[in-house]
Amino acid sequence: MVLLQVIVAGLLIGAVYALFSSGLTLVWGMMNVINFAHGEFVMLGMYVSFWTFTLLHFGVASFSVAAAVMLFILGILVYLSLIKHVMRGPMLAQILSTFGLLLVLRYSAFWAFGSTFVSLPENILGPSLNVGGILLSAPKVVAGLAALAITLGMHLLLTRTMLGSQILAVAENRNAAMLMGIKPDRMQAIAWGLSGASAGIAGALIATFFPISATVGESLGLIAFVVVTFGGFGSVPGAMVAGLIIGLIESLSAFYFGPVYQDVFVYALFVLVLWVRPRGLMGKA
Amino acid sequence: MKRTGWIALALALVIFPLSFDDPYYEQLGSLVLLAAISASAWNLIGGYAGQVSVGNAIFFGAGAYMPLLFYKLWMVSPLFGFPAGIAVSIVIAVIIGIPTFRLSGHYFSMATIAVAELIRIVVSNWDFLGASIGLTGPAVARDWSDLIFRSSTPYYYMFLAVLALLLYITYRIERSRFGYHLRAIRSGERAARSLGVPVSRCKLYIFMLSATFTSLAGSLYVAKFGFVDPASGFGTLVSVNMVIIAAFGGAGRLLGPLLGAVILIPLQSEANSFFGGGGTGLTYIIYGAIILLIARYEPGGLLEMWDRFRERRLSRRNKALEQLSTESKVQNSSAG
Repeated sequence: MVLLQVIVAGLLIGAVYALFSSGLTLVWGMMNVINFAHGEFVMLGMYVSFWTFTLLHFGVASFSVAAAVMLFILGILVYLSLIKHVMRGPMLAQILSTFGLLLVLRYSAFWAFGSTFVSLPENILGPSLNVGGILLSAPKVVAGLAALAITLGMHLLLTRTMLGSQILAVAENRNAAMLMGIKPDRMQAIAWGLSGASAGIAGALIATFFPISATVGESLGLIAFVVVTFGGFGSVPGAMVAGLIIGLIESLSAFYFGPVYQDVFVYALFVLVLWVRPRGLMGKA
Repeated sequence: MKRTGWIALALALVIFPLSFDDPYYEQLGSLVLLAAISASAWNLIGGYAGQVSVGNAIFFGAGAYMPLLFYKLWMVSPLFGFPAGIAVSIVIAVIIGIPTFRLSGHYFSMATIAVAELIRIVVSNWDFLGASIGLTGPAVARDWSDLIFRSSTPYYYMFLAVLALLLYITYRIERSRFGYHLRAIRSGERAARSLGVPVSRCKLYIFMLSATFTSLAGSLYVAKFGFVDPASGFGTLVSVNMVIIAAFGGAGRLLGPLLGAVILIPLQSEANSFFGGGGTGLTYIIYGAIILLIARYEPGGLLEMWDRFRERRLSRRNKALEQLSTESKVQNSSAG
């Protein structure tokens, strides 16, 4: 019974991993740029939720939207002021730019908010649920299901709407897309906005059950790398499946070996995936 | 650089500790050289091959831990740990390099950061390696091979010798076929491959060399300071420092990392004494901002800026000369 509880909890958190990783994989697949600061975007989403809750008394739904909107704007700003200028430059500039952004965001938050952990009230989404003998915390259930729905929504947005087709067209062939009257610059900015928004919502969802700190983005960012690699270059469904698997592995290794080592197994899996199946679960060869 | 320039630089580095009585400057000088060694080692893979490692602390930490581990286990001189650190580093470099060098550069960067974090977590929790407290070397020297000296000067010359060796090797690579291969890889991997450059193999070899010297830098670090903990061996700041120093001076340039270290390390030491111990958060913010600005505006670093400046001055002078000669021609013809 305890094992089942661990498994379900792992899948629920895995759904949230899938959500913010799908944002990372979208940008990666589209522009071949990896955002090293993606974990920091999630961290900022957590802080937006915390402050809008504390100062403005927003509820869960409204602070999730607030986090999504704020991070959507941040994503676009980062694209316009930084990524747009380095993406055609040398690899060194591409990687250093978002790595520098990571340091600035993480330690500005550290400087501004201090090293203490804060958290939203535990019962913000009601008491624990008892589902057929498995005890689950309500925030995790809500977060997991919401994340699953939003990731699915993102997949549908990309595959079933005009906007999604335009984004994918730019990803496929920038020049051809331009000839069809699509503005690549605008599409890429929107992709960065969506990527930020996915991180923002995921941050809001995580904040309902996880303590908030300036350095939380470190492990979340690395998890996002593992998920997108495992899922496959640019594949949102791949990120979804990989996110669930990673959540499960993390939860099980924390259960069997202690929470200190939960990330060790995930990072080791990363190296293993690179050795065994570098294109990931659903990546194009 | 001209021959006289080289001689002047070498001379300046050799006599530097002799020209100060103040131990502060000797200490600072040795820190600059140590930073220059690890940044130059990063420069091999990050600058010359264009593969951005953001986890070179893995090798620095391995090089720092092995000598002290040997001392802890068998009470032998830390010197025995130097080759062991290098061996461990090369093995890790191969484990990271073989799978990722077949893929695009992002995979390599992500793998270095993930493995660095993995190792940091494991070392921080492993009592065999001193867990979060770390390891300590011999407190007093038993003989010279413990590499414990009261003054910084012997360390300074030790570091200088290693740096000279590293820069010489780099210089030879720059001028070899291997160096051309690396440059080809950096400017276009697909093109390089289609011209028959063994891309993955070249990247792996240079990464192994980079790991070797980064590990050596770690070993020299513990020889001087006598202790290491997870943060000073495997911490993010260790990796960041190498990247920022090399990129600031000029990535992919022979003397870029040395220039970066000469400018940034004294600034850092001033900033540390100014902000005190609590300034680490602020240090990271400033580092991040510097990295960002370099990437956005000047990916070639200071040396490229200098080159551009000189080129502009040269072309201006040429233009002025040309004008002068045409003017004199006009004058001559009007006179005649």
